[in-house]
Amino acid sequence: MPLTVETFATFAEAGRAFASARDARFMGGGTLVMRALNEADPAFAHIIRTTDPALRAIRVAGGVLELGAHVTMAMLLANRDAAFLAPVARVIGGPQVRSAATVAGNLFAARPYGDFAGALMALGATAETADGRRMPVEELMRPGVARTLVGAIHVPVPQERLLFAKVSRVKPKGVSVLSIAALLPKRGGRIEGARVVFCGMGPHPMRAAGAERALNGATLDAATIARAAAAATEGLEPADDALASAWYRREVASVHLARVLKEAR
Amino acid sequence: MARRPIEFRHNGEEKAAFVADGQNLLDVLRRGIGDLTPKYGCGQGTCGACTVLIDGLPHLSCLTLAESVAGRSVDTVAGLANGSLSPLQEAFMDNFAAQCGYCTDGMLMAAEALLRANPRPSRTEVVEAISGNLCRCTGYEAIINAVLAAAERGGVRRAG
Repeated sequence: MPLTVETFATFAEAGRAFASARDARFMGGGTLVMRALNEADPAFAHIIRTTDPALRAIRVAGGVLELGAHVTMAMLLANRDAAFLAPVARVIGGPQVRSAATVAGNLFAARPYGDFAGALMALGATAETADGRRMPVEELMRPGVARTLVGAIHVPVPQERLLFAKVSRVKPKGVSVLSIAALLPKRGGRIEGARVVFCGMGPHPMRAAGAERALNGATLDAATIARAAAAATEGLEPADDALASAWYRREVASVHLARVLKEAR
Repeated sequence: MARRPIEFRHNGEEKAAFVADGQNLLDVLRRGIGDLTPKYGCGQGTCGACTVLIDGLPHLSCLTLAESVAGRSVDTVAGLANGSLSPLQEAFMDNFAAQCGYCTDGMLMAAEALLRANPRPSRTEVVEAISGNLCRCTGYEAIINAVLAAAERGGVRRAG
């Protein structure tokens, strides 16, 4: 089947085309879709893209960082307002990938990619869709969610440091065995509303409910860290793949979570 | 298959090419305008052999939709030498940074991007800058040394 690429000047036009062409794939930076094309992926023969400059905007308003869907990892790294995301953006692919890979594209990157999406989940970010809806990134990550086109991502600027660790076998650039993103808001010295997200420990980025339960209401002392680490893999479903076995992931997840939490003390 | 015209700046010169829907930039550079310096390695964004600079930033030309560079600037190794080799290319030769040579063009462009932005990088910054490029021959040390040596010699030289 011959391939068709449609390029629209505005995101609104691209969104309408995407909604009416159920078989179309949307292309952002191209790191996922071009790779599929090079592999002659027969799953799609219709690509929709837009050159709308609004999708490359980064701005802060009312304590929220708004990222256009086409903001790349390299653009994030060069922007002072997005400095809290730099530790995550810096380890997405190598320099060439970071020049092209977009923040919205990472939401749709299948395992073992998608570490940035995990960080957005930990930060409580929301996605603005082409049809004007606001959807928590966490909801977007759930299996079975309806086909969605994202135009922007809204990230609450955290009061606390975003904790992040990517575990890979190859340094400095290697795909994740797993990654951890955590935000530990505090009130009166105690953690309240902890959000701990694992990538690589399930089919999509997943909240570590056991670890969050251990952290909430506690101070970040050695005993709390031990309890959170012990509960780290509760409810998570790591899989065997070429990078690591599910057993290995379960074994090291708690160790890496403990390291991340110790670093935050 | 429908083909459409694009114009872009290639190593400082205006070029025009017809591109097919979905055609990648690497294919257009090699087959369309005859620049054979970017290499086809994996086609998956893993090896970095096809690295070119687009508006000064390193990109994987195999993962770049050709039509997306319309109106933009694309630099390749073919533009580094200007009558003589660039300081970076000379440093690669002097430090035995190429063995089979297949990764060399991509390595050069990744290093070129680094030195344009950061003329005196640290060793760690060099390692980071070439982390998207695979070399199966040298063990990387010679390449890292070459980039550091080029920086000491004054780094990059703009063609033209």
